[in-house]
Amino acid sequence: MFETLSDRLTSVFSSLRSKGRLSDADIDATAREIRIALLEADVALPVVKAFVAQVKERARGAEVSQALNPAQQVVKIVNDELIAILGGETRRLRYAKTPPTVIMLAGLQGAGKTTLAGKLAKWLRDQGHAPMLVAADLQRPNAVTQLQVVGERAQVAVFAPEPGNGVGDPVGVARQSIDFARQRQHDIVIIDTAGRLGIDQELMRQAADIRDAVSPDEVLFVVDAMIGQDAVTTAQAFMEGVGFDGVVLTKLDGDARGGAALSVRHITGRPIMFASTGEKLEDFDAFHPDRMASRILDM
Amino acid sequence: LSRDRLDDEVWDEIEESLITADVGISPTQTMVEELRTKVKVLGTRTPDEVRGLLREELLKQIDPELDRTLQVGKHGERPAIVLVVGVNGTGKTTTTGKLARSLVGDGKKVVLGAADTFRAAAADQLQTWGERVGAEVVRGPEGGDPASVAFDAAAKGIEDKVDVVIVDTAGRLHTKTGLMDELGKVKRVIEKKGTVDEVLLVLDATTGQNGMRQAQVFAEVVNITGIALTKLDGTAKGGIVISVQRELGVPVKLVGLGEGPDDLAPFDPEVFVDAILGD
Ligand SMILES: Nc1nc2c(ncn2[C@@H]2O[C@H](COP(=O)(O)OP(=O)(O)OP(=O)(O)O)[C@@H](O)[C@H]2O)c(=O)[nH]1
Ligand SMILES: Nc1nc2c(ncn2[C@@H]2O[C@H](COP(=O)(O)OP(=O)(O)OP(=O)(O)O)[C@@H](O)[C@H]2O)c(=O)[nH]1
Ligand SMILES: [K+]
Ligand SMILES: [Mg+2]
Ligand SMILES: [Mg+2]
Repeated sequence: MFETLSDRLTSVFSSLRSKGRLSDADIDATAREIRIALLEADVALPVVKAFVAQVKERARGAEVSQALNPAQQVVKIVNDELIAILGGETRRLRYAKTPPTVIMLAGLQGAGKTTLAGKLAKWLRDQGHAPMLVAADLQRPNAVTQLQVVGERAQVAVFAPEPGNGVGDPVGVARQSIDFARQRQHDIVIIDTAGRLGIDQELMRQAADIRDAVSPDEVLFVVDAMIGQDAVTTAQAFMEGVGFDGVVLTKLDGDARGGAALSVRHITGRPIMFASTGEKLEDFDAFHPDRMASRILDM
Repeated sequence: LSRDRLDDEVWDEIEESLITADVGISPTQTMVEELRTKVKVLGTRTPDEVRGLLREELLKQIDPELDRTLQVGKHGERPAIVLVVGVNGTGKTTTTGKLARSLVGDGKKVVLGAADTFRAAAADQLQTWGERVGAEVVRGPEGGDPASVAFDAAAKGIEDKVDVVIVDTAGRLHTKTGLMDELGKVKRVIEKKGTVDEVLLVLDATTGQNGMRQAQVFAEVVNITGIALTKLDGTAKGGIVISVQRELGVPVKLVGLGEGPDDLAPFDPEVFVDAILGD
């Protein structure tokens, strides 16, 4: 299928006659290959543009012109830049000074929020916390039942005072959940919300209302690693609509290249904190920027 | 000079509209090259004319002549059988529910098979849809064998002489061979009861280039006959289906336009193309 970026760049550079400083034409050819590789990995176009411009700048510099193997040197630059953007400062979950710590999940329909809620709960429980899940998706058929089953599997409490399927007020449920958690001495509250589109203003408003009702310590944006160019529009819409502090990339157990990681990070500046890597509760990991960089570039 | 500059801008814009619609870089470049040649040959002058040519080209690629009718006609006494497949979270269960709604609306009797025995509350979700749209749901024990639920659904449909049986399956990534084998088995077991008339691959419009791999692998395992492109009510355009259709020769038949029971529509090539062009 795809050649790797390394293969591609090597072939670009093998046609160079002279060593030493790369000509503008060489650099343009290099930039074209990088652009194609990133687009094939589903990195969003505006992000590709900014990224390629940055790499071009560095490729003009001394580190490349003096390198024995300019192709490998450029690949290294691309890789370093990717890791720099994907990584930033690694950030851990922020816990509230006075419990409970409130974590709110948000994202498009089917991204993997409810599954993640269970994974986070189990992960936190394993660390000695007493998390509680909150069923604030009262819209999707049986979203409440799904969270209850997930909670049972994770062996954590689920606050689900409303039946859902269109009945109940998610903002009210979220608000009540905080007092309830305090009474029952849960130190962490994880709020599962309904999937929503970036352009659905009414539901985006609802997400903001939930946020305002519970003042979360963390709002996590949950995004499917298979998402394509829409990553930018969607991430921006959630950023503006509800705001988020960190990102969770899901379905990384597949073979999607996951360019969305770069897009979302670049566009919003928010760190990717966790990786969801399967349907089971234990398929969950901290996010590794270096692995993601090689995955995007297929190196 | 100013004409050249205008041309470059127009070409960039065209390329961008295709790339950002997830058409894919390589198909985009091919299309733009062909368009450039055409423009030269025809002596096309204005940006609007170029866009007109692009629209024509996109329509040609998506092929308005393809037969997109759903195979849901009965075989004598026996119901038609539809199998719904795809990766996780694309909208299979919702599409199953909406499709049932539309068939029931046409006066047909429908049985739904809850062959997702794996995901938390998946059968409950389908059950709610069944109640909502007036279709009986056949389900099995949680964690049970999905193939036997599918078999029971087909058997129930035949026994009750319904018109259509729709079997909803668990989401599975195409990379998981065990789960893909399981899906193959689901289909083979249904076939003991009757032919599977439609295998609908549910693709999420937000999916990028990975959609191609999904389609290839699902086609190998269960021979898909149609695509349902969901979540087109969002900002994503679903451009990957252009390549999918062409490579597999399988048409997009349905589009999902929301979470409600009536948010399902036949695929309309012109609407699809105009959305990509941003008109
Ligand atoms: N393979 C895989 N599947 C996942 C992963 N995370 C979630 N899923 C599956 O993706 C599907 C959707 O997950 P949900 O957790 O229901 O997604 P959601 O965001 O809550 O969906 P809505 O509430 O409908 O918006 C389910 O089939 C999950 O089992 C993952 O990391 N890998
Ligand atoms: N906006 C929008 N949302 C949709 C559409 N189709 C499905 N959804 C939503 O997408 C989410 C996932 O839908 P499901 O039908 O549960 O998807 P699935 O493929 O059955 O998921 P799994 O069985 O977990 O793999 C739900 O929140 C649905 O309401 C659509 O056309 N538009
Ligand atoms: K759209
Ligand atoms: Mg959910
Ligand atoms: Mg389902």
